[in-house]
Amino acid sequence: MNISLSINGIKHEADVEPRLLLVHFIRDLVGLTGTHIGCETSICGACTVFLDGKPVKSCTILAVQADGTEITTIEGLAKNGQFHPVQEGFWECHGLQCGFCTTGMIMAVCGLLQENPQPTEEQIRHGLEGNLCRCTGYQHIVDSVQYAANKLKTQSAKAD
Amino acid sequence: MSFLAKYIGQKVKRTEDPRLIQGLGHYVDDIKLADTLHVAILRSPYAHAKINSINVEGAKQAPGVMAVYTGNDVEGKVGYVPCAAALPELKVPKYPVLAQGKVIFVGQPVAAVVATDKYKARDAVDLIEVDYDPLDVVTDPERAAKPDCPVIHEEFGTNVAFVHSAGTGDLEAAFKQADKIVSQRLNHPRLAPIALETRGVLAQYFPGEQQMNLWSSTQIPHLMRTQVAIMLGIPENKLRVVAPEVGGGFGSKLNVYAEEALLGWISMQLHKPVKWIETRRENMAATIHGRAQVGTVDVAVKNDGTLLGLKYNVTADVGAYHQLLTPAIPTLTGLMLSGAYKIPAISMTCTGVFTNKMSTDAYRGAGRPEATYLIERIMDRIAQELKMDPVELRRKNFPQPSEFPFGTATGLFYDSGDYDKALNKALEIVDYKKLREEQKAARAQGRLMGIGVSTYVEICAIGPSAATPAGGWESATVRVEPTGKVTVLTGISPHGQGEETSFAQIVADMLGVDLNDVLVIHGDTSIVQYGIGTFGSRGIAIGGTAIAMATEKVVAKARKLAAHMIGADEEGITFENGKFVGSPTDKAVTLQEVALSAHVAHNIPTDFEPGLVATHFFEPKNFTFPFGTHICVVELDKDTGDVKILRYVAVDDCGKQINPLLVAGQVHGGIAQGLAQALYEEVVYDENGQLLTGELMDYAVPKAHQLPRYECDHTETPTDVNPLGVKGVGEAGTIGSTPAIANAVIDALGPFGVQHIDLPLRPEKLWRAMNN
Repeated sequence: MNISLSINGIKHEADVEPRLLLVHFIRDLVGLTGTHIGCETSICGACTVFLDGKPVKSCTILAVQADGTEITTIEGLAKNGQFHPVQEGFWECHGLQCGFCTTGMIMAVCGLLQENPQPTEEQIRHGLEGNLCRCTGYQHIVDSVQYAANKLKTQSAKAD
Repeated sequence: MSFLAKYIGQKVKRTEDPRLIQGLGHYVDDIKLADTLHVAILRSPYAHAKINSINVEGAKQAPGVMAVYTGNDVEGKVGYVPCAAALPELKVPKYPVLAQGKVIFVGQPVAAVVATDKYKARDAVDLIEVDYDPLDVVTDPERAAKPDCPVIHEEFGTNVAFVHSAGTGDLEAAFKQADKIVSQRLNHPRLAPIALETRGVLAQYFPGEQQMNLWSSTQIPHLMRTQVAIMLGIPENKLRVVAPEVGGGFGSKLNVYAEEALLGWISMQLHKPVKWIETRRENMAATIHGRAQVGTVDVAVKNDGTLLGLKYNVTADVGAYHQLLTPAIPTLTGLMLSGAYKIPAISMTCTGVFTNKMSTDAYRGAGRPEATYLIERIMDRIAQELKMDPVELRRKNFPQPSEFPFGTATGLFYDSGDYDKALNKALEIVDYKKLREEQKAARAQGRLMGIGVSTYVEICAIGPSAATPAGGWESATVRVEPTGKVTVLTGISPHGQGEETSFAQIVADMLGVDLNDVLVIHGDTSIVQYGIGTFGSRGIAIGGTAIAMATEKVVAKARKLAAHMIGADEEGITFENGKFVGSPTDKAVTLQEVALSAHVAHNIPTDFEPGLVATHFFEPKNFTFPFGTHICVVELDKDTGDVKILRYVAVDDCGKQINPLLVAGQVHGGIAQGLAQALYEEVVYDENGQLLTGELMDYAVPKAHQLPRYECDHTETPTDVNPLGVKGVGEAGTIGSTPAIANAVIDALGPFGVQHIDLPLRPEKLWRAMNN
């Protein structure tokens, strides 16, 4: 089937098998390997990307379902050589160790902060229940989210 | 050894992170080679069955399929999956990379399909027809040792793989003198390591050069190179193993599996790169599991709480075959049975048995969590029996700081420790006295509050070569390039520990250079000199020390040339902040100037070898023994059995901390895994040997809201085992935490007279204990 979609602002057209998973389209056809596969069952969240502005798990979406959509992957998050505040938070607060869950985790955090810009610790922990991390025990991830929330708040205050 | 403290001891942000937070790191599956073929593996659906026939014709005809291989194809051509551990009279069954004649665990590789893409490879796997005759299955390890049990490896006539005895001291006398003997049967559930990145292999054979590149998600690239070269019969120096970015290991990648040699062999047949990426389902079934011991501990004790002797009779579930270190794991349990206490007589008898399950091997802690859990659990049982406060019982049996190095009845010498200090700090943080009062008040209101303490010690920096199967040293090369940039080659193979940063901190401070001018290279056997790898909390203590010693050699060499350059005596030269300063001339040259001069070699002393590089292989004289106190406070929900963690306090002592930010990360992650063991996780096989926890949907890896905020602090007792004074911290959290939580939960059930409940402490079990 012919599909056409935009990834990180660049248009991609391809003739794909109907069963091709979106994550394989992104990783193997487009060559953006920052989106990872950790379970293939939507539990771990390593494959999280933005589809039309909302976080989704690309391991359980078919590429053909993404026809006509706009996708943002981890590679599209930094702008003009500047890390996104969530990326910055993970670096500042040691929110990652092996890095494998990190890219999906960062995308999920972006989705969380979009819905709830100033979450409490409990809201952060519940908000990330679709993403597993085996290295950090989550505490530094929570700290990273709080760092990002504060940074985004300061940025939007300046913009106002 | 002299350092600046510009970086060492500071919370330095990781240099690894910019690539990882942008998704620009390269894990095995991110490495794309032209013309790569994809491998999918057919695995056994039976725990124990005879293979009558395999029909691969349909698969071979399927679109895109280039080849299909079975056990017959590899027999005599690919060596057996290796076991490096040695024990007296150890039975080591032959472990083929593809099953030959029979299968003995669910998930065992039976056939491999090679196709032009991974979808086609998986399609064709479904077209392979295997005729099996199911056989009797052995899943219960205690039954496995009994004479009437079906035998898995007929050649041995028994399922007993080994019997290992450990310990010294007059146990009989200890038990005779005892006022009380406290016994407890304990089960250590089988656990799955669950690195978020599953295993994966990419093999590329060059028929002209007869050389091979093998990328594998591994913790031990050099050990793998040696083993895979032997399995494939190719010279070791023609095999290059690369551990690229590795997405977690926790011991599961401290191994050599069937797939590495299998992929290498397939690449040799087809002269194309071949890739296999493990699915999560395969990972649950065919990547090693951990723990899986069941046994009884008996402790002889005086009425005043003095420990006299300890006996542990245990069955260790080996699984179907030995993997690389399987039989060595319970020996670590035996070594650590004294815990943080003076126990004059100790004895362990461990029977390792084969069962129709995946092999067990090293999972974070590897044998030590078993020892710590049993000793810390039995301490609480003793306190309960003697009606003593569990803290006072522990304190009474601590060796004092002056008694170090402290010799145990298990034959170890603990390097250094001040157990009281860590305990007191933790008690102070939680306000233990007040907590116990709060607990009384809570109980009066009918609330189930519990306090659990664990005063653990662990064995790290593994380890002196004499105590490890394949060398326990580590290597480092430090090179100052002509431009003054510093390159470090380490045999350590980090996979999340952040050692590109912490190793650079050591070198930058020793050489007085900027952190960003130091590049740490690891994981590529064609670049890095032979090394051992990352496991057993050895990275900083052994690998970091090797780097520091190589750096010292570099400084010594540079000093010689600096003296020549400024016309001063070598002895009078000081080296500070990256500058060599003469005396009394006060002339100075920078390290960069010396490096350039050493490479240009126009003006060097006659006995000076050009270049500025040094290598050091560091052999530690002992293990290290980090320790600490973990205290957990819980409240149980009477209606549901749910456990709510109110506080979690960890005071750890890992000696000197190179980077406290990374230490905290290791402690947090360790606690999370130990806590998961206590409350959530268990690999479950049914009586037919079917794996019921075959996905992350069924195996309970904790999520963020299921874990508490950890309150961490530390004490710092240096060690003289290495010149950095570091002990290691990779496993402390896992080892210390499980009993703290278990003890808290059992303590909360005090009003019900509960003495013990086996892990994991799931709500159902707790509810039953309350409603029995």
